[in-house]
Amino acid sequence: MGAELKNHLREQYHFKLRLGFAGLVVFSLFTVLAFRFSYLQLNQYNHYQTLAENNRISLVPIIPNRGLILDKNGVVLAHNFFAYTLEITPTKVDNLEDTITELGKLVEISALDRKRFKKFREQSHNFESIPIRTHLNEIEAAKFAVNHYRLPGVEIKSRLFRHYPLGKLGSHMVGYIGRINDKDLENLDKSGDLSNYKGSDHIGKSGLEQFYEKHLHGTTGFQQVEIDADGHAVRVLSSNAPIPGNNIILSADSKLQEIAETAFGEHRGALVAINPKTGEVLSYVSQPTFDPNLFVDGIDSENWKLLNDSLDKPLINRPLRGVYPPGSTFKPFVALAGLEAGKRTPPYSIQDPGFYTLPGSSHRYRDWKPSGHGSVDIQKAITVSCDTFFYGLAMELGIDNLTSFVRHFGFGRKSGIDLDNVNGKSENGGLLPTPEWKQRRFKQPWYPGETVIVGIGQGYTLVTPLQLAQATAILANNGVAMRPHLVNQIQDVKSGKSQLIAPFIQDKLDLNPNNIDIVKHGMMDVTLPGGTAASVGANAGYAIAAKTGTAQVIGIKQNEKYNEHGINERHRDHALFIAYAPAEDPKIALAVIVENGGHGGSVGGPIARKVMDYYLLGKLPATEAVKEDKKLNGNPAATTPIPEEELHD
Amino acid sequence: MISKLLQHLFKHIDAFLMACLFFALLVSLFVLYSASGQNIDRVYSQAVNMIVALAIMWGVANIPPQKLERIALVLYVIGVLLLIAVALFGAISHGARRWLNIGFTQIQPSELMRIAMPMMLAWYFSTREGKVSAANFIIAGMLLLVPVALIMKQPDLGTALLIASSGFYVLFLAGLSWKFLLGALVSLLGLMPVFWSMLHDYQRKRIEILFDPTQDPLGAGYHTIQAIIAIGSGGASGKGWLNGTQTQLDFLPERTTDFIFAVFSEEFGFLGNMLLLSLFTVIIMRGLMIASQAQSTFSRLLAGSITLNFFSYAFVNMGMVSGILPVVGVPLPLISYGGTSMVTLCLGFGILMSIHTHKNLVAN
Repeated sequence: MGAELKNHLREQYHFKLRLGFAGLVVFSLFTVLAFRFSYLQLNQYNHYQTLAENNRISLVPIIPNRGLILDKNGVVLAHNFFAYTLEITPTKVDNLEDTITELGKLVEISALDRKRFKKFREQSHNFESIPIRTHLNEIEAAKFAVNHYRLPGVEIKSRLFRHYPLGKLGSHMVGYIGRINDKDLENLDKSGDLSNYKGSDHIGKSGLEQFYEKHLHGTTGFQQVEIDADGHAVRVLSSNAPIPGNNIILSADSKLQEIAETAFGEHRGALVAINPKTGEVLSYVSQPTFDPNLFVDGIDSENWKLLNDSLDKPLINRPLRGVYPPGSTFKPFVALAGLEAGKRTPPYSIQDPGFYTLPGSSHRYRDWKPSGHGSVDIQKAITVSCDTFFYGLAMELGIDNLTSFVRHFGFGRKSGIDLDNVNGKSENGGLLPTPEWKQRRFKQPWYPGETVIVGIGQGYTLVTPLQLAQATAILANNGVAMRPHLVNQIQDVKSGKSQLIAPFIQDKLDLNPNNIDIVKHGMMDVTLPGGTAASVGANAGYAIAAKTGTAQVIGIKQNEKYNEHGINERHRDHALFIAYAPAEDPKIALAVIVENGGHGGSVGGPIARKVMDYYLLGKLPATEAVKEDKKLNGNPAATTPIPEEELHD
Repeated sequence: MISKLLQHLFKHIDAFLMACLFFALLVSLFVLYSASGQNIDRVYSQAVNMIVALAIMWGVANIPPQKLERIALVLYVIGVLLLIAVALFGAISHGARRWLNIGFTQIQPSELMRIAMPMMLAWYFSTREGKVSAANFIIAGMLLLVPVALIMKQPDLGTALLIASSGFYVLFLAGLSWKFLLGALVSLLGLMPVFWSMLHDYQRKRIEILFDPTQDPLGAGYHTIQAIIAIGSGGASGKGWLNGTQTQLDFLPERTTDFIFAVFSEEFGFLGNMLLLSLFTVIIMRGLMIASQAQSTFSRLLAGSITLNFFSYAFVNMGMVSGILPVVGVPLPLISYGGTSMVTLCLGFGILMSIHTHKNLVAN
């Protein structure tokens, strides 16, 4: 019994010892926890406090309204409207295909939508939300909202859409916006504007939309929002309102634009009209045009093919990038060069045999009029577009003198217009050939014969319609070059205040007023009976100074006669026409190029006349009247015979 | 008269332990209200769980330990049979076979094992009073390993380890030799690689992510990262009740159950944590005291094991939520939402009270 009790006591003693040991372990492990808590909550408090704040606070960008593009009378060329769009964030979706199929049961998702989604997906990151359907109507939006819970990763967003209400009208001028791609991001990063584009999906891609991007976009606002773990905003902590983009107001008039574009009919070509005193661009036509609305949310491949593969090249911005030989429209500038250099003074005249030969050569540089123009002085040379006169003049001036003079009229250099030429990249500067240029380009010497043909605007010489219009404007403005600009005012939306774009003098030529007068009179006579565009000036009610031109598309061999009807339409000559009016006090200067149009006077002239009639007199083109004429007299052309002078230039 | 009745009713309730439990359960209801997004229904439902659990505790406290000793073997055998049944016909949920459908309801036999295991081993050693031979420990070890292996197989690593430890506490308190303990520790470390190869992929992943939660910040590591942020951002005195941003904005997962400690920590800070640790320490010390004063081998071992098991749950849960232990799916005792664990827990406390309040009767 005693041993048992002793045993019992020993057992109890051992038990208590072990219990004490266990208590020690409990105490030490709880101490470990206490240290862990003090580390997290006291030592690292700031770190975790920051993490918790970052968790809960999110900066949500508020996209500013993009500025409007308005014509000079306030007609809207580009605006925004609210619409619903369905967007998918690929990383939040388990099976993309299934989700899209499910969505397709709620709202219509076309093959086109799918294609576009696929294209966007390739271009963007997986964690970004990508639109699958745009422009949902109220019913579709409601249908989706009810089923939203079944489709995680899909969100409905109310977004501003860009719209161009006039569609094709002036699209090369207005341009369009498109989704921001990697290259845009890179550019934004370089310019330091990336943070301002948080939340923005679109950016100006061409035309004024691109050039005035900084003004149009505005400043992105931010909201400090408390969010939950699903990213849903719970409440707004603070908010920084966005600053809407500025409106830009053009110097062009959409009605004038419409008249000009309509005047082209089915023809391809370009027209630029400029106020010579200010440089304001009054009309900017590139035909054919395209509908910029197609591009806003990514153009589908069918439409893209249609536009891109068309032989008419509707996507080419012709005034800016189309280059053409100036042909005879170059002659007034060559004439002025000759006068200013003292090579030709008014009494001087030549006897035109109908061709020109270089000394010691039998090669004949033909005049367009085989029989020649008889006695021709410098003013008449312009009026009748005498080739022989300008062959000789160019030769005497020499290529270097000639090109360095006409360069002051903007030939061979960029105009600096406020369009597309971001970083000076897109505008074509045309070409004024020089012996150095030819050596560089072809590793060949310059031949005298090449100088001869530059005198009539052929050879290597290339101009853009914009350059030609600008040159005409400079001439009309007596040698003072105003920088051309489409935008006239930039309007702050909040204050309503407009900042006017001040006229800017690019270049100023000191010209002898007598010389300018001679050239101008030569051009005024062009639209008078006996000139190459006499019908253009008929019954105008104001004096028009003009010059016609024809640019060869294919070479004509010696002794061969150009037959307009015998060749492919696309190989026909380009018709050129430059003009300014009223001749005594120029308010509008313009250049028209009609591709494969044939003769400048008969094809380009009437287009120019319609533009000038509306701009100067507010007169609408008499299309209805012409139709009436046709009914009564059959072909109106047959009733008014065109003088021979107008059939050539 | 009424006071006498009350005295009679509560004569088997340990007032000190009861006061501690009341305080902890009160804290639980407040934290739960915050964690559930101020869902008062959740709080009511937990209050009902508590009342049921406390009633069971009262009932068990009134059963003398001798009776408990007698049913230990039966309970254990039933428990093992049910575990075998689970392995054969159990319902699969979340990739694990833990539940058994018994017609009107589902039961989780591993919960029963949490009580049956220490009871069985305590009973076993009490029948071999004084003789702590190696053979006894080997048999006890077998009794321990069979159900643990079955639970591990479900797989439910957390519960298996905790039940194993509750059995181990009995072995340890019964006098398992220090040499053997040291040897077991060494061989355990040696067997680590073998153990590692036996783990399921998700278990390995949990362990890997324990050491580096940033490995999978949006998946398996998310729980730990967000919990640590919640605790850390609580600071010295916490963000205040109902003001924890991690909690209220849904960043914390499973915040009414396994991760409720992060909610408490975020809202009451380091100060709150120390108070809670102290409360747990006091409860454990009271339990160890009851064990040391117990008069039979069975009561001693059982009381010790139940108390230390309570500690295991508290430590493992707080350790995993604060990121020093792997996430094993263990609730925080007395605080986490859930009826089953509350009942099991109070059953344990009922046994403690029974042991404590019946010893005088035995002595008398």
